[in-house]
Amino acid sequence: MRFSLKIWRQPSAETKGSFAMYQVDDITGDMSFLEMLDVLNEGLIARGEDPVAFDSDCREGICGACGMMISGQAHGPEVTTTCQLHMRSFTDGDTIVIEPWRANAFPVLKDLVVDRSAFDRIIQAGGYITVNTGAAPEAHSVPVPKPNADRAFDAATCIGCGACVAACPNASGMLFMAAKVTHLGELPQGQPERASRVVKMVNQHDHEGFGGCTNIGECAGACPKEIPLDVISQLNNDMRHAMRHQPS
Amino acid sequence: MSDTPQQPAAEPGRAQDGAATASATPAADAAFGPDGPPVHRPGPDGLVDGLYRVGEPIADTAYPGDPIATAWDRAQFESDLVNPANRRKLKVIIVGTGLAGASAGATLGEAGYQVKSFCYQDSPRRAHSIAAQGGINAAKNYKEDGDSVYRLFYDTVKGGDYRSRESNVYRLAEVSANIIDQCVAQGVPFARDYGGLLDNRSFGGVQVSRTFYARGQTGQQLLIGAYQALERQVAAGTVETFTRHEMLELIVVDGKARGIIARDMVTGEIETHLADAVVLASGGYGNVFFLSTNAMGCNVTASWRAYRKGAYFANPCYTQIHPTCIPVSGEHQSKLTLMSESLRNDGRIWVPKRREDVEKDPRDIPEADRDYYLERIYPAFGNLVPRDIASRQAKNMCDEGRGVGPKVGDFRRGVYLDFSDAIARLGLDAVKAKYGNLFDMYARITGEDPYQVPMRIYPAVHYTMGGLWVDYDLQSTIPGMYVIGEANFSDHGANRLGASALMQGLSDGYFVLPNTIRNYLTSGPFEDVADRPEVAEAAEAVRARIEKLLSINGDRSVDSFHRELGHIMWEYCGMERTEEGLTKAISLIRSLRDEFWRNVRVLGENDELNQSLEKAGRVADFLELGELMCIDALHRRESCGGHFRAESQTPEGEALRHDDQFLYVAAWQWGGGVNEPPILHKEDLDYHNIQLKQRSYK
Amino acid sequence: MAVTGAIFVGYVALHMYGNLMAFGGQQTFDTYAHHLRTFGQPMLPYSGLLWVVRLVLVLSLVGHVYAAFKLWSRADSARSTKYAVKKATKATFSSKWMRWGGVALLVFVIWHILQFTTRTVTPGGDSDSPYLRLVNGFSVWWVFLIYVVALFALAMHLRHGIWSACQTLGWTSSVLSARIVNAIAIAIAVIIPLGFVLPPFFILIGVLN
Ligand SMILES: Cc1cc2nc3c(=O)[nH]c(=O)nc-3n(C[C@H](O)[C@H](O)[C@H](O)COP(=O)(O)OP(=O)(O)OC[C@H]3O[C@@H](n4cnc5c(N)ncnc54)[C@H](O)[C@@H]3O)c2cc1C
Ligand code: HEM
Ligand code: HEM
Ligand code: SF4
Ligand code: F3S
Ligand code: FES
Repeated sequence: MRFSLKIWRQPSAETKGSFAMYQVDDITGDMSFLEMLDVLNEGLIARGEDPVAFDSDCREGICGACGMMISGQAHGPEVTTTCQLHMRSFTDGDTIVIEPWRANAFPVLKDLVVDRSAFDRIIQAGGYITVNTGAAPEAHSVPVPKPNADRAFDAATCIGCGACVAACPNASGMLFMAAKVTHLGELPQGQPERASRVVKMVNQHDHEGFGGCTNIGECAGACPKEIPLDVISQLNNDMRHAMRHQPS
Repeated sequence: MSDTPQQPAAEPGRAQDGAATASATPAADAAFGPDGPPVHRPGPDGLVDGLYRVGEPIADTAYPGDPIATAWDRAQFESDLVNPANRRKLKVIIVGTGLAGASAGATLGEAGYQVKSFCYQDSPRRAHSIAAQGGINAAKNYKEDGDSVYRLFYDTVKGGDYRSRESNVYRLAEVSANIIDQCVAQGVPFARDYGGLLDNRSFGGVQVSRTFYARGQTGQQLLIGAYQALERQVAAGTVETFTRHEMLELIVVDGKARGIIARDMVTGEIETHLADAVVLASGGYGNVFFLSTNAMGCNVTASWRAYRKGAYFANPCYTQIHPTCIPVSGEHQSKLTLMSESLRNDGRIWVPKRREDVEKDPRDIPEADRDYYLERIYPAFGNLVPRDIASRQAKNMCDEGRGVGPKVGDFRRGVYLDFSDAIARLGLDAVKAKYGNLFDMYARITGEDPYQVPMRIYPAVHYTMGGLWVDYDLQSTIPGMYVIGEANFSDHGANRLGASALMQGLSDGYFVLPNTIRNYLTSGPFEDVADRPEVAEAAEAVRARIEKLLSINGDRSVDSFHRELGHIMWEYCGMERTEEGLTKAISLIRSLRDEFWRNVRVLGENDELNQSLEKAGRVADFLELGELMCIDALHRRESCGGHFRAESQTPEGEALRHDDQFLYVAAWQWGGGVNEPPILHKEDLDYHNIQLKQRSYK
Repeated sequence: MAVTGAIFVGYVALHMYGNLMAFGGQQTFDTYAHHLRTFGQPMLPYSGLLWVVRLVLVLSLVGHVYAAFKLWSRADSARSTKYAVKKATKATFSSKWMRWGGVALLVFVIWHILQFTTRTVTPGGDSDSPYLRLVNGFSVWWVFLIYVVALFALAMHLRHGIWSACQTLGWTSSVLSARIVNAIAIAIAVIIPLGFVLPPFFILIGVLN
């Protein structure tokens, strides 16, 4: 197969970027999208041109490192990560537009690489359960009802890729944050900090410059781990409780 | 076949003459006689085989001694305490944020030390531990099925084919239960049963159910737990994280590890970070094979730089090859994907009996023309033989020319894993319920429907048991440098049991290191070394190396070298190793390394985000490591665990250990230069608590 | 936002119900309009309740519009470089029209008040009877058209707004509740504008006069 690629090139965070056009030939359907870019890069290196920078590590859909806007869709046309997207999802001769995640909270570092450390800072603000090493009670001392355990798990599958932010018309990080709030909030261990957690995380989120959520739902559509929209409602619910019971 | 192994190629002879018996080896006549392998003595130049020197034996002096069951308690009691006010003055650098590094960082941060935590990814949460699927072992005995600390200890030592250190493994088993408590308290969503209690499954061929799991994402959930604990400490101000930073050199002053040189991968700045102790938690080096189940960025650089500064590298040749991976589909493949071993519970593995049939649609090959080779060779265990055996036989089938799937190079790498019997027996729905997500993953990657067509699988490099040598305190041969997780060699011997790497990472990070490192830190804070010449020299060495890489401007990309190195390693230092192959590999690697330093093309500058440059540094180190692995594999003239020497097998073709000669850890010391022979130090393994046995699966 | 939106939803629902009185003829409708003003008397002065309602509405409007523009500007500064290509996969048509639809509603309400409350612009002729004011106004085809457009905007705004408000209030934290709320939102978004459009429609085609 053969594709025309229109790729965002930006040498560094400080410089302005623009699109460049490339051709790739001899692509097979079994190649992943990133392997297709590897082929492009080998060609660029051979010609003495700067290869396209993009993040990837595990290449099996779990680390959350990869991610780019592929013809207007975060992680491309399938519900999966960019590294697990295969070229058989495209038609021979297609023109594919490739852009980095666009959000001011995720500044572009180079080409398709963005800085997602804002997510780490949201976790720092409260996305954890306070327990020191060695201070844990016996694991079986607190049973967790299966429905709660299952819901916590579904929310915990978030890989922090940032596709939700990229897809959201408001560039809101709500789905990411709500997934964490729901994961910890469903568990008995997470209860003591439930109210303060959500308040601190939301404040940090707003401080990082993410947009506000207006419940559009694009985020859940783009999420490779299919985190459902109802976690956002859960976050709002927790937030309302927190406001009501906030010690003043 | 030409001498350049650029294309994956069958070993000579085999593919052509197509001997149909699985156990025949080309080197059968060269096999070691009944007295075992010839003992190797140095020649007149002091070199053994012209490759290495033998140095003084080495011993673990940190272990307080048997009885094993109380040793860890005694060690903890005897370890020195650091007063809380002093902890604030002590700096610890931790390289790596996988299970080992993140858990150590969080725990040392809580204790009040000043921790600096490094990783090459953009977030600590993306360390490769995230990819582990199956589960984590712990001797909780929640199932009342006879599990105990001793049994976990026993299974792990036996699984490692009696090449690990009893003391470390016993402690690992002892601490394992605490790990589960800790993780549950952090909110790790382990699988639970309807009563709300934790569920277990059996894993990796052991007879008890001791594996805790979180669907197929155990590593992810454990790592997120450790990551959150780490981020909590960042907020508390005890830990500082340096993401997108790669350690490129270890700073050693007065014989002690005192810091690292790291490159900021965004700006290219070469930074000096000084500390009182350095902990390496930088993971495994399976990527020396280019294609592996490891993440793209996994590397040996941190360990290798330490090795070059005097840390010993133990058992580098011990690699684990996992039998159920999705096969290579083409020349441009960048990575192999693991599929859970549980598939072998219901799937039947076969290849066509005749080479002419390999291109046929498998559904058109009649039962009579299929060779269910594992069931044929191992009637008792069938498709459930251990990883190393299943892997090796798959390779044998493909070497005979009976591999299936697309030709990559001139060779087909794949065997069928067929569920049609299981579907007929259990029904489509039952198979879907049990394996649905794995089938979906397979379908996504290959574009084939495994419910219709048998899956194709092939072994892939998965884990490296070897690593930097450490003592019972997890301290390397450089005082002040500790090594934890997959980066050290300590717990798995020659083969790792499933679900025990996660256990080791967390055990090291949460419970062992924070206790043992005190012994060293009590004598700190150490004198300020910022102005010592060693520090500037280390930074200078990094700069010079980067400049060199950028200035060669040859005409081959870094990846092309890496791929070629991978082929050499896979062919000659992979599932089956021979004297002849390894010798050849060493010379191939040497010439490839020469070419690399003459002809690699790394574009761009240092002071920018430069992914080619990052890769080049890693591949340069792999090119040195590969040689050491081959030397180690060559010197170990026995088969054990993941290390199979064709010359050392039983008449039935199974791995044959030589405990009389090789019951030791091979700890290699840098010879002082790239072309200087390394020095072998042997650590004898004493078995006081477990009796040595030969494994058999017939 | 959700609270003020909900107040609006309540208001338009009542308002629509009131408007349907037009089918009762001039008498009924005028009495209703009168009652609106005498409601609560003598506890409240003439038009007292109406003023309370107006006050609440105005405050809500200020709050609602402020919040709307705040979110809008936050979204703009959260992504200052736009995508060259962006596809929406899950967003509903209605959700995409919230902002401009809201602006349309704002313009409409101003026009609407000028027409019926302050009686500043009275296409079709003024009258002292509220009923006749309606009939006069909607006999003009373009007035009717303005209302149809406004009601379409209202339908869209309600469809997403009700769903969104419930999500914001945290009432949709399960798959089932989300599905129910969505159905309700669609139902209200159909019923209210339909209820509004009926009287003007029958006026236009001359059934009500
Ligand atoms: C696909 C797969 C499945 C697995 N499944 C299981 C399983 O089910 N059960 C089990 O027990 N084990 C499993 N394993 C093995 C297990 O996951 C690993 O051995 C273990 O997670 C290693 O953890 P670690 O903390 O030592 O290193 P890693 O998690 O590999 O972390 C290495 C860290 O070091 C950093 N780093 C490396 N080099 C540098 C450098 N030069 N400078 C700065 N930072 C550096 C990285 O950024 C990273 O943070 C699996 C492995 C694979 C590949
Ligand atoms: C008068 C002018 C109005 C303007 C300018 C306006 C504007 C907006 C805007 C911009 C939003 C935010 C949604 C988004 O950004 O996607 C919104 C939400 C909403 N509006 Fe309006 N609107 C107006 C009138 C109304 C009316 C008349 C109603 C009721 C019938 C209403 C009900 C709602 C509701 C329920 C929401 C959802 C609140 C939430 O998300 O929590 N609005 N409006
Ligand atoms: C076809 C549809 C409509 C008709 C026939 C209609 C009719 C009227 C009438 C007759 C009045 C004056 C009532 C009075 O003062 O006695 C009025 C007031 C008002 N209407 Fe409507 N209306 C319609 C749609 C709407 C819509 C869609 C909205 C809001 C989005 C709206 C908002 C208002 C407001 C805010 C007032 C002012 C109330 C006050 O304070 O007096 N109307 N309408
Ligand atoms: S919620 Fe989904 S899209 Fe967002 S970061 Fe997590 S996995 Fe990615
Ligand atoms: S798309 Fe954006 S508006 Fe909210 S529901 Fe998702 S974050
Ligand atoms: S590279 Fe890890 S998720 Fe894609």
